[in-house]
Formats: sequence, C-alpha cells, structure tokens
Amino acid sequence: MSSEVALDFHSGVSSLHDTHHSHDEHHHHETFISKYVFSMDHKMIAKQFLITGMFWAVLGGFMSVLFRLQLGYPDSTFPWLEDILGKWAKGGHITPEAYYALVTTHGTVLVFFVLTAGLSGTFANFLIPLQVGARDMASPFMNMLSFWFFFTAGIVMLSSIFVETGPFSGGWTAYPPLSALGDASPGSKTGMDLWIVSMALFVVSSLLGGLNYIATVLNMRTKGMSMTRLPLTIWALFFTAVLGVLSFPVLFSGFILLIFDRNFGTSFYLSDIFVNGAGALPNEGGSAILYQHLFWFLGHPEVYIILLPAMGMVSEILSTNARKPIFGYMAMIGSMFAIAILAFLVWAHHMFVTGLNPFLGSIFVLLTLLIAVPSAIKVFNWLTTLWRGNIRFTPAMLFAIGFVSLFISGGLTGIWLGNSALDIHLHDTYFVIAHFHIVMGVASMFGMFAGIYHWFPKMYGRFLNNTLGYVHFWITIAGAYLIFWPMHYEGLAGMPRRYYDYSIWESFKQFSDLNRFISTVAMIVFATQILFLANFFYSIFKGRKLRTANPWGSNTLEWTTPIKPGHGNWPGEIPEVYRWAYDYGKDGTDFISQTTPVGADESVH
Amino acid sequence: MVLVKSSQADGRIHPQKFVLWVAMGSIVMMFAGLTSAYIVKKSQANWLEYSLPLVFWYSTIAIITSSITINMALKAFKAREMRQYRTLITVTSLLGLLFMGLQISGFANLEARNIPLFGSKSNSATSFLGVITILHMLHVLGGVIALLVIFIRAYVSKIKNYSSLPIEIISTYWHFVDFLWIYLFIFFNWLR
Ligand code: HEM
Ligand SMILES: [Cu+2]
Repeated sequence: MSSEVALDFHSGVSSLHDTHHSHDEHHHHETFISKYVFSMDHKMIAKQFLITGMFWAVLGGFMSVLFRLQLGYPDSTFPWLEDILGKWAKGGHITPEAYYALVTTHGTVLVFFVLTAGLSGTFANFLIPLQVGARDMASPFMNMLSFWFFFTAGIVMLSSIFVETGPFSGGWTAYPPLSALGDASPGSKTGMDLWIVSMALFVVSSLLGGLNYIATVLNMRTKGMSMTRLPLTIWALFFTAVLGVLSFPVLFSGFILLIFDRNFGTSFYLSDIFVNGAGALPNEGGSAILYQHLFWFLGHPEVYIILLPAMGMVSEILSTNARKPIFGYMAMIGSMFAIAILAFLVWAHHMFVTGLNPFLGSIFVLLTLLIAVPSAIKVFNWLTTLWRGNIRFTPAMLFAIGFVSLFISGGLTGIWLGNSALDIHLHDTYFVIAHFHIVMGVASMFGMFAGIYHWFPKMYGRFLNNTLGYVHFWITIAGAYLIFWPMHYEGLAGMPRRYYDYSIWESFKQFSDLNRFISTVAMIVFATQILFLANFFYSIFKGRKLRTANPWGSNTLEWTTPIKPGHGNWPGEIPEVYRWAYDYGKDGTDFISQTTPVGADESVH
Repeated sequence: MVLVKSSQADGRIHPQKFVLWVAMGSIVMMFAGLTSAYIVKKSQANWLEYSLPLVFWYSTIAIITSSITINMALKAFKAREMRQYRTLITVTSLLGLLFMGLQISGFANLEARNIPLFGSKSNSATSFLGVITILHMLHVLGGVIALLVIFIRAYVSKIKNYSSLPIEIISTYWHFVDFLWIYLFIFFNWLR
C-alpha cells in the first residue's frame, strides 16, 4: 500500500470509466469557479500556466515582429502601425521610444513570463505529481496562489503598455540609472513603477511555486520511487526549483534597493548624475555596477532555470521515442547538479567590460568555461541515446532532436563569449543576441513544444494534428537558424545590439539586406506559431481521441492513470514503483512500466 | 487548505516543515545578497562611519527573550497547559512588537543625530542599515501575524485541535528570525 494518504481530498472530476472507491463517494460539488478558475488541481493549474504563457508568447512575439519591421525596413512607413500603436507610431513609423519599449517588454515577457512561468509553471505542475506518484502538490493552496500571483504580475505588466508615458524601455535587465531615475526617459516613469511591481509579484509567484516543487519531489514520492528511479524530467524540474528559490531572493533584494533609489532619495546605485533639463542630482557615492552584480547573480541561474526543464523533457522524450534507455542516467543527474552549482559562480561573465578587475575576470573565465564540461556530457548522452535507436519521428521527437541541435550551436558560441578577451569585442553586439536566442530562447521553446506535443494526450485526452506538427517543426527550425545564424556575422563585424536604426551607420549599412531578410523570416516564423496555436485549441475540442491510456508506450507513472485523470490522479491506490523509468528494449521487451515488478529471470541494468 | 500529508511512520520530515526550511534558505539568500552588497559598497568611496544607536542592544535582548518565551509556549502546548500556552504566545507577540518599536526608536535616534537613513542627504551606509533592518522587521511582523492567527483559531474553531504542527512551525521560524537579527547585529557592529 502506498505511504501517501490524502486528507480532505476533493475528487470531483469523474472520468469515463470512473471506478468508485471509498474516498470517491462523497463528491464535492465543483463549480465552474472552483474547477477552472481557483482550481487547486495541479493539472488544471498547469493548463492555466500554459495558456497564460501562450498569451504572453503571442504578445511578446508580436512585439518582436514590430521592432523587426523597424530594423528590416527603417525607411518605410506602415500606416496600419499608427492604427494599432497610435502616437507611438506617428505617420506609420515606430518612434525610438516605442522601439525601446517594445524591445524591453519583449525581453522581460519572454524570459520571465513565457520561458520561466510558462515552461516550469506548466510542466513542473503537470508532471511532478504525476511522475513521482502523488495525488497533488505538497500544498495545492500555495500552488494556486503561485498561479494567481503570476497572473496578477501579468495584468500589471500589461497595464504598463497603456500608460501615458509608455512601458519601461531600458532593457530587460533594467540597469540603473535608466531604471532608477524617473527623469531619465519616458519609460522610466510610471512604466518602470509598474515593471518593478509586476516583477516583484512574479518573484513571489516563482518562490511559492519553487518551494512546492521541491517539497513535493522530496517528500511525496510513492512507495519504491527512490530518487534514483525518478525520471530525468523530475530531476531537471527539481534543480530548476532549487536554482529559483536561491537566486530570485537576490534579485528581489536588488529590486528593493532600486525602489528606495527611485522613491526615497537614497543613493545605492546613483552617483554624480546630470540629467538634461533637471540639472545635477544630489546623489553621491552610489554604484550602478552593484545592481549588475545583484541582477546577474539571479540572471545567470535564470538562464538555466529556463533551460533545465527543457533538458529534462528532452531526455525523457528522446529515450521514449528512440525506444532505448537514456544513456548515462547518473551522468545526466551529475551534470545537472554541476550545472546548478556552477550557475551561481559565473555571473560576472556578463560584466567583463564593466571595469571588472581583470584578475577576477580570469577566474570567472575559468568557471564559465567549466560549464562546457557538464553541457558536453549531456549532449554526448543525448546523441548516444539516439545512436542506433529505433527512432519514431513524432513531432515531439523532432522538437527534442531540434533542441539538441540548437543547444550545440548556441553552446559553442558561449565558449567564445566566455573568454574575457574575446568578449571585449563581442559584448553588446548581435553576437550575444544570436548566442542567447539560439541556446536559451529557441532551444527552450523547442523543449516546451516537445513537451506539449508529447504530453498533450495526457492533458486533454486527444492528440494534436501530426501533419500540422511537422509543418510547425520544419518551418520553425529552418526559420530559427535563418534568423539567428546571420546575426553572428553582424556581431563579429561589431554591430551593436539595441540600436534603433543601423542604416545611418557607414559600418553597418552593408547589413541592410540581411536585416530585411531576417525580419521577413521572423514574420514567417511568427505566423507558423499561430498555426501551432490553432492546432492546439482546435485539438482540445476536436482532436483525435485517445483510445489507450499509454499512447507512446512509455514507462513513467503518468501513463498509468486513466485517460482523463480526476483530481487525485489515480482512482484507486497510487501504484508502487519497482524500477527506473528507462527500461526500453530490455531483454527484448519493447518497454516495461515502472510499476512492473522485477521478474526473476530479468537481467540487472 | 487541502493538504496531502505523507505518513510520518518512516521518520520523514513533515512537508510543511520542510517547505519552511526551504523558505528560510530563500530568505537567507535575500539577506546574503544585501549584506554582500553592503560589503562591496563599503570598500568604495563616500562611506559614512557612525556609531549604532544604543537601543539596538535592548531590541536584541527583547528578541532573544522572545525566543525563550516561544520555546516555553511550545512546551506548554505539548503539556496541554493551554492557559499558560496562551499567555506565553501573547508575551511572545508583545516582545515581537516591542522589538519593532525599539528598532524604530533607533532610527529616530539616528535622525536626531542628523544621520538620515533615507532621502537626498542620506549616505548609503545608513540607507543600507535602514533597508536591511526594515526588511527584517517585516519578517518579525510576519511571525507576529502568524501567532495572532493561531491564537484566534484556538478560540474560534469548535473542534479541539491537538496538532502541535502550527506552533512548531512558527517557533522554528521565530528562532530563525531571531538568529537572523543576531547575525545582522554582529554584522553591523563588528564586521562592517
Ligand atoms: C557553454 C555554455 C555557455 C557559456 C560559456 C556562456 C557564456 C556567455 C557569456 C560570456 C555571455 C555574456 C556575453 C556578453 O554580454 O558579452 C553570455 C550571454 C548570455 N547567455 Fe550564455 N553561455 C553559455 C550557455 C548559455 C545557456 C545554456 C544559456 C541559456 C539557457 C545562456 C544564456 C545567455 C543569455 C540570456 C545571455 C545574454 C543576456 C543579455 O546580455 O541580455 N548561455 N553567455
Ligand atoms: Cu550567463
């Protein structure tokens, strides 16, 4: 019998073949509000995170289309822009203020709302209880709060788009003085106030979620589910949560100091500043670099918070669809552990050119380059898992393979940037944009797509349309490389990031055609994502129905639940676990579920 | 609140207690971030040297005493001495409030000596002191509110609740906030 007992357990949702059990008898009546809005079922909360994340992905993605219009066609006017943006696009031409606001909001939204909340929020919520064998999270209530804090953060961020002076426009990293002085730019006024409130709410949401994920993984595993039998998804989500819980508070402390500088006249970050029109400021002795330290102490772990969940899901999906055990399970855990530790020790590689002591810089170079070791181990293991596999090219599998490709391409340029001498040339150029979009942005998006295609049947009891999935994959992977690969050349030629118009620079005029090309591809790729969304929402209601509980022939526990699991996941007792999650093709058997006891004549793995 | 509880027979820590420990780790990181920023800042130009107000010694004594009283409250609860238990958590909350009051009078003392914490005439040395102690006070306030909640619950709820879990959790948190202050006090006095 399982060691988990459920107290005051809501089991309202009945599935088609509801097997009645003692605690199922007294049904709570579930209202629309308790089931779809203030739900405490981790599966519903996961869907809430996913769909809210999608909303932000569309909005943030559309913003990039808008500023790519400016970069690709700096001399053209688009009257329809004035229709949607009003005074921010007078005469059909995006203003510089609007351009910076769009770039900033795009970055903030994609990094935090889409790839942090949308990714971990969705899959940690959905997969942790299902794959460790728990009825729900350690605290479903905190879990619900986590979503609603995120949702409110989104509302505040959204409202900043509509204020008179516009949203914050000083870049997603919100460096002072632009973020600390209302007089510094239009976006530094109300827009920045809302930005910081939104981000503070977001930090609270992440902490509530992270605490819960950690407690659930460590305390709520079903009988037999030792840590070393956990699927790699769970390990990855666990390390993600640990990184978040330890690094978000530091960002928070940076924000607090920022709030005091903005509102209470302190000088943590400000010194000797002269503002046009306002004259010299009284602030003395502050240091803007201090903020950068606090920001990047979160900022670097944050990029792994974004990447690790994708890594975990990709490991799971590659192994399942190659019908082979994951290669080097323990090495995978070990390298994730190493990445999690090193993530805290490399933040200054974002600050090589801030006047950092070169000796200190060389230590950060060493630590940064060390990350290449666990990263390479993981890549090696993914490739060896694929090697001679019996590969099923489902859309999820394609996206997982695409992830590996992107991670290699983007990781290699990280090694360039990690050398402080090279970084003097490359810092703040399009080379950095190319690096992090490939390795973090697109790669994690691919991990997320892989996860959605793979677990959609578990979420909604239906399949996504395969053909549309293939179209989605091929256009997106080709497009991603076509957009970001050329940016490496622009960056090597010294083209800085965050400029409004490159056509007026003698040195960068040569890239006009290239920029137009990139912008065109970006629009095509954006349209393809709309296709994916259409597929997603259509399939929720009209997709091909699932007939078996375990469509991919998977070993993990979530596929032992009914096709549409109710709140509590398993109608009867929680199954017991006897083996790891990767017995694919063992002793000639296609797959052996984790719930199958080890046979007498079975070989040990 | 629906809570899924794992059986205690296997000696595992209760999930809620565990959540508290992780949360405390998270709070430590926040204060570690602030105090490291303080150290970095101190090595730079324009740093004001000043002496801490004496009253911080009294607030330190108050918060240490409150740790003792909450410990006694926990013991009283376990011994089912409910009368004594209620008195002790009341005393603890009052000591918490007293601590906050003393901190504020410390700020007033600095202002009176013309060492402003905030505003355009402030120096980051004192601003840091202000931000860090105010944040710590908010954590104390959180503990006081939590005590208030279980205090009211003990009166309102009709079912007798013999679980010592809530008071155990709060007392762990209370000791944590106490240690945090002692660390900050030592930091401000001697490590800076
Ligand atoms: C081998 C591994 C990696 C190394 C050595 C590396 C190194 C670097 C360096 C040195 C920079 C700073 C460049 C500059 O601003 O001049 C940078 C930027 C960045 N990296 Fe990486 N990186 C690696 C992997 C990753 C991964 C896996 C991610 C995300 C999942 C990532 C995300 C980012 C981001 C977001 C930025 C830019 C942030 C900004 O300035 O806006 N990197 N990387
Ligand atoms: Cu980094």
